[in-house]
Amino acid sequence: MKIRAQIAMVLNLDKCIGCHTCSVTCKNVWTNREGVEYAWFNNVETKPGVGYPREWENQEKWKGGWTRKANGKIEPRIGAKWRVLANIFANPDLPEIDDYYEPFTFDYEHLSTAKESRAFPTARPRSAITGQRMEKIEWGPNWEEILGGEFSKRSADANFEGVQKEIYGEFENTFMMYLPRLCEHCLNPACAASCPSGAIYKREEDGIVLIDQDKCRGWRMCVSGCPYKKIYYNWSSGKSEKCIFCYPRIEAGQPTVCSETCVGRIRYLGVVLYDADGIEAAASAPDEKTLYEEQLKLFLDPNDPAVIAQARADGVPDAWIEAAKHSPVWKMAMEWKIAFPLHPEYRTLPMVWYVPPLSPIQSAAAAGKMGVDGDMPDVRSLRIPLKYLANLLTAGDEEPVALALERMLAMRGYMRAKSVDGRIDEALATRVGLTGAEIEEMYRVMAIANYEDRFVIPTAHREWSEDSQDLRGSCGFSFGNGCSGGDSELNLFGTKKPKKATNPMEIA
Amino acid sequence: MSSAINSALFGWYPYLCLTVFLLGSLIRFDREPYTWKTGSSQLLRKRQLRWGSNLFHVGILIIFVGHFFGLLTPVWLLDALYISHGFKQVLAMVVGGLAGVACFIGISLLAHRRLFDPRIRATSSFGDTAILLLLWLQLTLGLSTIFVSAQHLDGHEMVKFMSWAQGILTLQPAAAGFVADVSPIFKAHLLLGMTIFLVFPFTRLVHVWSAPVWYLGRPGYQVVRTRRSLKPAGREVIAARRPRRDAMTIRPTHQPAE
Repeated sequence: MKIRAQIAMVLNLDKCIGCHTCSVTCKNVWTNREGVEYAWFNNVETKPGVGYPREWENQEKWKGGWTRKANGKIEPRIGAKWRVLANIFANPDLPEIDDYYEPFTFDYEHLSTAKESRAFPTARPRSAITGQRMEKIEWGPNWEEILGGEFSKRSADANFEGVQKEIYGEFENTFMMYLPRLCEHCLNPACAASCPSGAIYKREEDGIVLIDQDKCRGWRMCVSGCPYKKIYYNWSSGKSEKCIFCYPRIEAGQPTVCSETCVGRIRYLGVVLYDADGIEAAASAPDEKTLYEEQLKLFLDPNDPAVIAQARADGVPDAWIEAAKHSPVWKMAMEWKIAFPLHPEYRTLPMVWYVPPLSPIQSAAAAGKMGVDGDMPDVRSLRIPLKYLANLLTAGDEEPVALALERMLAMRGYMRAKSVDGRIDEALATRVGLTGAEIEEMYRVMAIANYEDRFVIPTAHREWSEDSQDLRGSCGFSFGNGCSGGDSELNLFGTKKPKKATNPMEIA
Repeated sequence: MSSAINSALFGWYPYLCLTVFLLGSLIRFDREPYTWKTGSSQLLRKRQLRWGSNLFHVGILIIFVGHFFGLLTPVWLLDALYISHGFKQVLAMVVGGLAGVACFIGISLLAHRRLFDPRIRATSSFGDTAILLLLWLQLTLGLSTIFVSAQHLDGHEMVKFMSWAQGILTLQPAAAGFVADVSPIFKAHLLLGMTIFLVFPFTRLVHVWSAPVWYLGRPGYQVVRTRRSLKPAGREVIAARRPRRDAMTIRPTHQPAE
């Protein structure tokens, strides 16, 4: 057993209001640059929908993630190493920028400079790549916002597999949910596996997956390898980029920007201890439906003395073991079993997990015709089909998702009884396999969601790798040759010069 | 062409080009790794790239291998292996010709795409377009030499180029003399070829150095980097992530107790 620690994330979809604050704050901090205008390290999609890039979940088309071979070994779905190299001149599985969207800006300046005219001046879109006029914007990171577009197109959503989807096109039966998406910082990242340069790596100390920008050569196989399509090729720098889990903040004990700014307080960050030696076996499980359970088995109990001893021997700092004991991620994934990995069938063992959303009870159930079990409605009568959530979160296994939804309903019922009726309904807790105390704890973490309960982040041990005396007064976060990019007009190696800010005002 | 000019172009210029090629590549790799890239534009436009890029790369790799072994195999080795000069000449013309035609189709597609696709054109640097056109011109010159070679099927002209290339690499002052009387098309091909070496470090061509063949030998799939010492506990702690030359003295030599 080799114990490592990872900062993992849980998103409580039951509370996501789809406000895109996470996306916008992330964008402003990390991808507000030439070459990555189209890239959203974090984006929020409305489900059901085909998403961004279009149909990213359709691995028949994009070949992301891993596939299990007949001999029980796994290899990236884009192919064995020789096949990756054979396709290196033109990657057949690479999305084109139009599959994301052609980035654009608007001619805002025209609003203030337009001459007098009969029609009101408008700001028309302009391509951020070519600078040319764009007549029509075709797609975006949240194009299907609140079920925008026709059902026939949205229903290409891969999560409808095994669902009689036609009835959900009818107005009375329609359903929706938000899905904020970012890099999953997988235990078994397919992007790292498919990088021919070995530029993508997982940090041992906190599990964050990063791209070494100096080692990346732009072979762009990672874009295909990642089944979540969360690696973006920067067309300007010629390097791939991805969510960095705000590692400069995490190292300082602060939550990521998306988590910090989430107004719904749906995001949780905490340490999980896992067995690194078990990754390959877990990711190679024969039955896709067991991958969720297999991943749970990798997570180790931070209160177990044997685990603590081994973690110490493997170099996990005590502060991290202590944080693991208070980790909200551990509680939600392991103790209450209400958080699930996104698409475990990709065999990447993702580490950004999701609490499935509750949804209104269907009218049939409300009319008393079906599915009310005592105080609690049957989760199968919820508006979002259980099968749909299971396809998203457990490779189609409905039971774990059903239990999670029941526990969330039980939490509501228990707390309603306590605060409205003034009685403790221990039977309700027992029925879903919890105790009243556990439900109160769930309520504190999930409903109240105080800052210190959501984010339990130990600081990094910088002294192991860097000398802060030496770093003092240095360049800070930058690309390439840092702040000494050269000052001459002759630019030998084609380094990009920082653009000077311009103020597009007419001189009178 | 006067012998002084010939000596400058084929005796001295090669050394200028090789020096800039090697030193320039090294300096760029060391000082500007962030600019070391393939510069792929596939994300912006797939069209014409699959055929263009594959034909171009496969063709040019065959041509490169052909030139490398064709020019640098010592003449005595050929003779020892009973490979006649005439046979080698025809082999070079046929294989080089086929690969050259494939490469020509590919690079023409790529050049068309780079010049006439609005997205690619808008995002191309001067270097991207210039090196593509240089390679296109060099390939055209190279294909034209086949017609010259067809008049010398016994291979004696070819031996001149072998002697020249090997003379340059073995630092023989008189190497330029070997190619003094060859066809102007060959001379242009040689000069442009050397010029491509000269500009190589300043273009996207540097990605050739990084052809990721080592991927095939990578054990397993995953890459994990640690910041901790990989030596047994209690020994001196040295960052495993990046070797640092400075500040060793102020670093605590033992990991502080938790």
